[in-house]
Amino acid sequence: MAAEGLLLGVFALLGLVFFRLQVLRSSTFELRSQENRLRAITVPAPRGTIYDRHGRIIAENVPGYSISLLPGSSDTLRATLDRLASYLHLSEAEREVLLAKHARFPNQPLVVRDDASFAEVSAIEERRPEFPRAVVEMRPRRHYPAARAIAHLVGYVGEISEAELERPKYLGYDPGRIVGKDGIERRYEATLGGVPGVRFVEVNALGSIVGDFGPRPAIEVRPGTDLTIGLDLALQQYVDSIFPEGMRGGVVALDPSSGDVLVLYSHPTFDPNAFIGGIDVGLWRSLRDDPAHPLLNRVSTASYPPGSIFKLMVAAAGMADGKLSISSYMPTACGGGLAYGNRFFRCWKPGGHGLLSLADAIQESCNVYFYQAGMRVGLDDLLAAATRYGFHDPTGIDLPYETSGVFPSSREWFDERYGTRGWTQSVVLNLSIGQGENQQSLLRMAQFYSALATGGSPVVPHIVRSEGLAGRRATWELDLTEARRRQLVAALTAVVNEPGGTAYPYRSTRWRIAGKTGTAQNPQGLPHSWFVGFAPPEDPEIVIAAIVEFGHPDNQVSLAVPYGIGIVERYLDSLYPEVPFRREARAEEPPAAAAGIDEAEAVLDRGVSDGDTP
Amino acid sequence: MKVDWKSTLWPGGDPRVPGLALLLALLGIAMIYSAGHVEVPSVATGAWRKQLIWLGMALVAFVVVSRIPLRWLDWASVWMYAASIVLLVVVLLIGRGPNTRSWLYVGPIGMQPAEFAKLSTILLLSRTLSSYQEPIGRLSQLIRPVLIVLLPFSLVALQPDLGSSMVFGAILIAGLFWAGIPVATLFMLVSPGISLLLGFSPLVWGVWFMALAVFLYLYRPYAAEGILVLLANVAGGALTLPLWRSLAPYQQNRLIVFLDPTVDPRGAGWHLIQSKVAIGSGGWYGQGFTQGPQKRLAFLPEQHTDFIFSVVGEELGFLGVTIFLLLLVWFLHRVLAVARAAEDPFPSLVVFCLFAVWLVHVIINVGMTVGLMPITGLPLPFLSYGGSFLLMLFVGLAIVSRTSAEA
Repeated sequence: MAAEGLLLGVFALLGLVFFRLQVLRSSTFELRSQENRLRAITVPAPRGTIYDRHGRIIAENVPGYSISLLPGSSDTLRATLDRLASYLHLSEAEREVLLAKHARFPNQPLVVRDDASFAEVSAIEERRPEFPRAVVEMRPRRHYPAARAIAHLVGYVGEISEAELERPKYLGYDPGRIVGKDGIERRYEATLGGVPGVRFVEVNALGSIVGDFGPRPAIEVRPGTDLTIGLDLALQQYVDSIFPEGMRGGVVALDPSSGDVLVLYSHPTFDPNAFIGGIDVGLWRSLRDDPAHPLLNRVSTASYPPGSIFKLMVAAAGMADGKLSISSYMPTACGGGLAYGNRFFRCWKPGGHGLLSLADAIQESCNVYFYQAGMRVGLDDLLAAATRYGFHDPTGIDLPYETSGVFPSSREWFDERYGTRGWTQSVVLNLSIGQGENQQSLLRMAQFYSALATGGSPVVPHIVRSEGLAGRRATWELDLTEARRRQLVAALTAVVNEPGGTAYPYRSTRWRIAGKTGTAQNPQGLPHSWFVGFAPPEDPEIVIAAIVEFGHPDNQVSLAVPYGIGIVERYLDSLYPEVPFRREARAEEPPAAAAGIDEAEAVLDRGVSDGDTP
Repeated sequence: MKVDWKSTLWPGGDPRVPGLALLLALLGIAMIYSAGHVEVPSVATGAWRKQLIWLGMALVAFVVVSRIPLRWLDWASVWMYAASIVLLVVVLLIGRGPNTRSWLYVGPIGMQPAEFAKLSTILLLSRTLSSYQEPIGRLSQLIRPVLIVLLPFSLVALQPDLGSSMVFGAILIAGLFWAGIPVATLFMLVSPGISLLLGFSPLVWGVWFMALAVFLYLYRPYAAEGILVLLANVAGGALTLPLWRSLAPYQQNRLIVFLDPTVDPRGAGWHLIQSKVAIGSGGWYGQGFTQGPQKRLAFLPEQHTDFIFSVVGEELGFLGVTIFLLLLVWFLHRVLAVARAAEDPFPSLVVFCLFAVWLVHVIINVGMTVGLMPITGLPLPFLSYGGSFLLMLFVGLAIVSRTSAEA
């Protein structure tokens, strides 16, 4: 009976083993069985469309294809990539990069091509059995119809980097996800990006997709939210088309009542579409190493010595403190320069301007006047005013990487930099004409001039039009009485419209525009050419700041001025197509509004006794 | 003239033996049919039709062989044995196969000579053992039976086919056991084999060798025998490593993976892990006939041959596994009963050896699907796809039925 016992014993043992496996531990193996055959495939969410203020498309999605490989052993992937190489034109180096990526994220599908051409897709589809792990998917592809014209504003999108993956902002983002890399694409990633969905598919042992896995429903894609921005795309494209050839620079234009950014342009520019689907390495290098820095946003990320456009800050600070009035004269008349200490501080006009009031000094941009005005305000009060007028903070625009510029905050700032004896009171002279330790962004100057244009707190410039941002005011205000502000506006209007004004040669024949020119000395080369202005002066609809780097070859040519004025004209023309030659109409009879200002000022001046000598 | 179909087709004897066999074979074809339902192109698709044809041929062979009187087989066993040795040599020279040279092709039809050799070795071993007039007591009397098995064993091991070699070992032990050899003698015979296994660890082998010496001292066999056993054990322990190195890498892998499947989950451990996942996910009632996802998505390897029982586990669950195991144990129990009931030693030995071969096939095949046994290519009787194996199964069955009828 030993044999029967052995037989029954063996079968009882087998039965027990199966009982343990199939009954006691069945849930474990059930799970493993599902893990075995389930793959989660990310379905990218279409990004929100971006429209300009008139509904024109800034950024849209067009159909594109991605080719990715399902996870597997690195040997399998290497072999597959080698076979794919000839169809997708993958270089040895690109394959190594992909394999390294797979090594770091071994359980994620490996995106081989983000932006495959139709030819590449059909090449793969025709050879489906050779590439069982390849997944070809339709995925929305970003497209910027205005291309180069809007590059710095809109930014571009690209695959999330490893460094970004580690940041809390990108919590829950998977490798391979397309995110905004710059501009509003980056700033509004959370809004535009949407939430990708997940498809659960069943794969076989070779890794080929068999079909959707029924019991586990897909997670629906949540498309990104559309955005409307305050930009005027037509104006932006005009700005791009008339930018002085061969030059570098930037332009920003704001609506001073809402804060909408109407134009934000930096030159040289690039085609953001070239970044979609991974930028070509050679193109990337040429952009990065280009001495003209085409990737730099010259409006909000760069800062420049402001030059003469800064004189209005000195004027405002002095008038607010009561040390200056619009009719204040300075002790020394301009004879082409001012001797101070052991140095001679030049005016731009070698022959000199003679004796000037503040209004005249603004109109003619006299340095000698402002050297003395600065000294009258005093270094401490000038620095305090800069802080008061927000010159130490970024404007808070909704763009990444905004600079806060450079301006001394106090005497200690100089002490730290040059030592207590390393500097003299003469720094105030340079600061007063926008030179020296003074670097400002176009955006900052545009905001300051919008304060001059509207009074009180200026708007915070913003790209996206939304409830929260529209009309938002800065935390600082221009502490000038309305009458004095209007005096400054009148002086700025004279800059452009009165003979002798520095912008007079470039004046508009159709519109009254207030503004200030600037010639910023800089160590790199020829002076930069600035123009900051607004129009119409009494009820401004647009504030503009424009710079052309090295755009001031001599005293006769200042490239930014006609450029900036031309942009303002174009914008007002588009706003009021039915009112042509408005300026001529006004020129016939002296503007009533201006006369009104003069009267109001006279009344106000009588009330103020600032002890100023006319 | 009226033909008596019943006596022509049916040799008589216990009807449960061929009845259960036929039932198991038909259920096996159903499982092969299911094994063909996969999402990936597979040779398993359509295999059930071929197996059905093979079953038809196997039934014809059953009817033909069951007509042969047992003493004819007794007489023919020497010639059959000689023929099978020739075939084993031929297959070593011109055989084909994925890992082993175990297949011989006649046109498109392949067969494994090892299957035929198992039957002929059983016949010759039984003839030899039944010729002894007295109970075997001395090891020297075992030289002939051992040699009879050792020759085909060695030829099969050279293929190299680990599983079939183990079956030949089982044939020898089963034959000797059924011939009435004392268990202690059997133990002495098997002891060098155990030394061979333990030789990997000198310490463990040393302990084993001491225990063996104590056993021999207490049991007191002839002095020469005792010394021979001890020497054989020394040789066994010493040969372990050279023999290990002579194994094909895939065989080494299979043995290592048997001990720890997670060593190489993508390679050699894959089969075992996927088989356990398939069986484990079956639960009580299984995923449903033809529905098993592991099998369907080709995670289960060799699903219609070596791992057919994993398909049973995945699709029919513990319930199905239990039914199959009960049918198999019932069948084997009936075969054992035939061996017991046989009056002549020769048929009794043949039937018992067949019982042992089939039992070893079941244990090794079913055991490997759950990791109890190393992975070998041994098919599961009645269930695994394989023509020559099914054919030889029913030839053996015919002998069992004939024995049952003659008893």
